[in-house]
Amino acid sequence: MASRTAEIRERPKESAASAIGLSRWVDQHMSWFFILPAVLFLTAVLISPVVYTVGLSLFRWSGAAATPPAWVGLRNYADVFAGDPGFQNALFVTAYFTGVSVLIELTLGIGLAQLLNREFLGKGIARTLLILPVAGTPVALALVWRHMYNPSNGIFTWFVEVLRLPPQRWLADATTVIPSLILFDVWQWTPLIMLITLAGLVSLPPDIYEAAQIDGASPWQTFWQLTLPLVRPTIVAAAMLRFMDSVKTFDQIYVSTQGGPGIASQTLNLYVFDQAFQYLHFGYASALLVVLFFIILSGNVVLASFRRGQT
Amino acid sequence: MIGKSVRPRLARIARRILFYCVLILVLVVFIFPFLWMAFNSFKTHEKILEYPPAFVFAPTLHNFKNVLWQTPVVQHTGIQERPAASSPFVRYTWNSVLIAFGALGVGMVLGLPAAYGIARYGHRMLALGILICRMIPGISLLVPWFIVFRALGLLDTYTGLIIAHLVITVPLITWIMIGFFEEVPKELEEAARIDGCSRAGVFLRIALPLVRPGLVSAAILALIFTWNSFLFPLILAGVKTKTLPVVVYSFMTFDYLDLGGVYASSTLVTLPVIIMVLLVQRQFIRGLTIGGVKG
Repeated sequence: MASRTAEIRERPKESAASAIGLSRWVDQHMSWFFILPAVLFLTAVLISPVVYTVGLSLFRWSGAAATPPAWVGLRNYADVFAGDPGFQNALFVTAYFTGVSVLIELTLGIGLAQLLNREFLGKGIARTLLILPVAGTPVALALVWRHMYNPSNGIFTWFVEVLRLPPQRWLADATTVIPSLILFDVWQWTPLIMLITLAGLVSLPPDIYEAAQIDGASPWQTFWQLTLPLVRPTIVAAAMLRFMDSVKTFDQIYVSTQGGPGIASQTLNLYVFDQAFQYLHFGYASALLVVLFFIILSGNVVLASFRRGQT
Repeated sequence: MIGKSVRPRLARIARRILFYCVLILVLVVFIFPFLWMAFNSFKTHEKILEYPPAFVFAPTLHNFKNVLWQTPVVQHTGIQERPAASSPFVRYTWNSVLIAFGALGVGMVLGLPAAYGIARYGHRMLALGILICRMIPGISLLVPWFIVFRALGLLDTYTGLIIAHLVITVPLITWIMIGFFEEVPKELEEAARIDGCSRAGVFLRIALPLVRPGLVSAAILALIFTWNSFLFPLILAGVKTKTLPVVVYSFMTFDYLDLGGVYASSTLVTLPVIIMVLLVQRQFIRGLTIGGVKG
């Protein structure tokens, strides 16, 4: 009896002690509690869908709740690589669009950064204006570009006529649709490359340029042998960024051509979208997505190797 | 004698003029589509169709009225005029605002502690994971989301769309804020710890107030990204929760019937973005280079 009352008397003290212990334990492990919510969330909403996609790529499924997915093993992948003409077309379109636009954007962006890397009147305004193409709502911009490209009353059609160039059908012709989309992409993203490169150029120490000048290096030599190697990490980072986003371009192409005319501008991303949400081939679309992810990943690995470089 | 000293100066002035000419040309090229968008939104549909393009015309607010009150897009084909009592466009704007701020608010709650954890305690694995997020094509999330959301009844709900856009805002906010938290002087936090402040207290009372400037720019970036998002609402939103980019896109269905609507709605959806860019131009570049799933 006595021991029991003692026990009861003991209890509040004990729980107070354990409360302090708990809060101390929480405090000591606080670093994990800081990241835990984000980790849990990203796992649930980002990682698990990716795992699910990989799993679903082994099934055939129309998405109907009544019919469960049917196991097909690696059949979807076999179909992708065994000459699906839609996939081959999409692969070509994606490589063409991404390859050319990223190359032009890098060249132009670096060139413009060289031009603007000096003090001049209205520098702040110029920089702000150049952010606009990058920040503007892609759907709205694509609608405007779509109409500017209109073969019968678009302003580009008029420009071409005024400059006495041969008339163009822009997005309406299978041979010019990708160059036209590239021009749109270059317009939208060159400023980003330029701004990133500019940030890299600004951080370079000015005294090395003085040294180069004393040694009698020409501006051309200075650019190729001094500036370019020094800002290479920045440029490679910008290229990786552009590559990733360019392969995934959706809004602009979907709004301006929907992959047309025919399938002339159907990139992988649009092809997957069609397979999934138009034809409800969820299993096949998942296999395509896995392939797409590996294309992006390997492209990045290749680009990252330029960072260290061979020189 | 005089010629010698004047010539280099002339050359310098000529170079200056050349530079400004090139600069203006570059700026005009990059700004032109925006100007053309705004310009055409004040033209009537017939005027927009004119060729060669009309540069002189009587500006009209007709398109904006049309868009805001969704009066018939195609009067001449006999579609009845809808009562102008309610404005669908205003409701869609409200959808966009609600989802953008929802994804921002929850994104802050999840992203800020994570950024602080990475900056102070070096959880490099999480930082790497956030970088990899960028490589995931947005569509690969949509198939599973669509299936799960359908089962949970989250399609065409604000909750569902906010969850989807958190995939953009959480990595974005985390990645931007890591840099700002790293700049908070460690000594300040250590002093607070010695005074008996808990680690959570240090985060809330010392670190957070000090990163307020970064917070503002991260917030505006998150808002812009969610505002511009098209693919996620295209699949996950329905009649109730449609956001502006989807609505603007739907004007294209009437492409050759109401170009005025296309231009006016494009102008309306872009305007808030331009205002926000003017507010955070410097941090915008930093934010764009990192974090967040896109398309």
